[in-house]
Amino acid sequence: MIKISQIHKSYVTGQNSLHVLKGIDLEIGAGEMISIMGASGSGKSTLLNILGILDNYDSGEYLLNGLKINRLSERKAAQLRNKMLGFVFQSFNLVSFKNALENVALPLYYQDVPRKKRNIVAMEYLDRMGLKDWAHHLPNELSGGQKQRVAIARALIGKPKVILADEPTGALDSATSLEVMDILQEVNATGITVIIVTHEHDIAMRTRKTIRITDGNITEIVSN
Amino acid sequence: MFEIDKWQEIYSTIQKNKLRTFLTGFSVAWGIFMLILLLGSGSGLENGVKEQFKGGATNGVWISSGQTSLKYKGLKTGRQIKFTNEDYKSIKTTVDGYDHISARLFLGNKLVSYKNEYGSFFLSPCHPDYGFIKEVDIIQGRFLNTIDIREFRKVAIIGEKVKSTLFKGTDTVAMGKYVKINGVLFQVVGVFRDYSRNDDEQKRVYIPISTAQRVFQGENVINQISFTTGQASVQEADLMIKKSKAVLSKMHTFDIDDNRAINVWNKNEDVRRFKALFAGIRLFIWIIGIGTIIAGIVGVSNIMMIVVKERTKEIGIRKSLGATPWSIVALIMQEAVVITSFAGYIGLVLGVGLLELVSKNMPPSEFFRNPEADFSVAVMATILLILAGAIAGFFPAMKAAKVNPVEALRDE
Repeated sequence: MIKISQIHKSYVTGQNSLHVLKGIDLEIGAGEMISIMGASGSGKSTLLNILGILDNYDSGEYLLNGLKINRLSERKAAQLRNKMLGFVFQSFNLVSFKNALENVALPLYYQDVPRKKRNIVAMEYLDRMGLKDWAHHLPNELSGGQKQRVAIARALIGKPKVILADEPTGALDSATSLEVMDILQEVNATGITVIIVTHEHDIAMRTRKTIRITDGNITEIVSN
Repeated sequence: MFEIDKWQEIYSTIQKNKLRTFLTGFSVAWGIFMLILLLGSGSGLENGVKEQFKGGATNGVWISSGQTSLKYKGLKTGRQIKFTNEDYKSIKTTVDGYDHISARLFLGNKLVSYKNEYGSFFLSPCHPDYGFIKEVDIIQGRFLNTIDIREFRKVAIIGEKVKSTLFKGTDTVAMGKYVKINGVLFQVVGVFRDYSRNDDEQKRVYIPISTAQRVFQGENVINQISFTTGQASVQEADLMIKKSKAVLSKMHTFDIDDNRAINVWNKNEDVRRFKALFAGIRLFIWIIGIGTIIAGIVGVSNIMMIVVKERTKEIGIRKSLGATPWSIVALIMQEAVVITSFAGYIGLVLGVGLLELVSKNMPPSEFFRNPEADFSVAVMATILLILAGAIAGFFPAMKAAKVNPVEALRDE
């Protein structure tokens, strides 16, 4: 599903250049569930951004589902994100003035799905997350766990091939963290590739493979 | 593009920032309000001046005889120039380009009576064409015709005021009746109305010039020759006047540059001056109005910049979910257009409303009447508004489209 080889990425700020990724090679098969671990500044978030086509890389090659991803136009990148990828963030990143249902339906809006149909589908996904009764609540009326479940529903509604989760449990207590991980495992069970960036060992242990990044290099790949 | 979701989004952002939106909208509304008011006042002024021009074709030229003021070919100054039918005929045949031409005789006020009613009215003997030159508005019967002139008919066209003075009580039908002018019977064949506010214009009696010369004068003298210059340009009209002057100076032996031997009143000249003046005023008004609107646009643009900054994170989320840059541009632009058009429309309605109120309640004065913003102005203003909104939204929208999702989504 994902194949990257010799990916390099530097951030240039003024005279200084920060070499963040120093030649990453990684292959993730369809339906895998892996975690990426590393200290802050190790480059794990940068890697996730590149995988999510939110950021460009300097050299190397990235194949997503057999498609070469390299310096795409913003429009093409947006379409690929919409069709292939689902994002889950630490801080949920729900649109604050839209209720749960509208938030979940948003990716379908960018697929030009008619409003009525959008809302029906969104309601199904919310129902799967057990949030049917909260559909018309604004994000600030939901608990952390509920917000993250809304975010996961939103990530899933576009029927992506890959879910990219950046510290999905970082803002949750341990009980809800477990709940969210259960959901992500269920998602993975339906055949969707799940990639989780985390620095919590417990969370990493729930995935099948853990990739450890240190100073821009993959230093360890462990099967759990 | 105009999907209900976007309207909801615009509504919800406006809802969240009522004061800010109001202040922004106010600056645009004020701009349009002032523009409409200025344009209305301009048209009021113009209408006022146009009113001054009523009662006479705007392309009319009047040439009256006067006294010489320059010595010429051994002749002394102060000679009285007397036009005759010959002058009228030679101008008619030598000058071309006019579309109506008439001579006039000044006989002053005469006693006009019908049965026991009488009054003193201005007698205006002329040719049939004078009806066009003076823009006489016939409300009953007809104006003079060539047969009246040729056969020296004793017919009269009387003003409304004349009619109401002479025909009173049970005897109000004037048409076909005979009135006595200085003791001579004339048949009323027409009644006219003069729109100029000058009362004297209403108290006139038009009769055939040939009849007047024969009945009241006994010679072939005329006092004034007037013509309209048709579609001629200002230069062409000037040329026609020059030609007429040449003809007259030759016939009466006076210096062609003697401005007092004959008096020329060229309405083309006045009209041209006023047209230029009002074109200038209108341009000035548009410049000021657009300046005011630009201030409003800058305000909206400013606010939208802040809106984009505030919504950076949301834009980042949208981008991560698959929003194309264009869809973000459309979102911001649409909001800007909606705010400006809506606010501007309020300004438009208020401006037009105020003009209507002024128009209805203010008595028309000499130089100001019926201030109005016509339909084309409203259309222009509307186009201007939408354009303004688009311009106001453009830069913020471009900024929004450039939002980097990685940075926007970075956790604080």
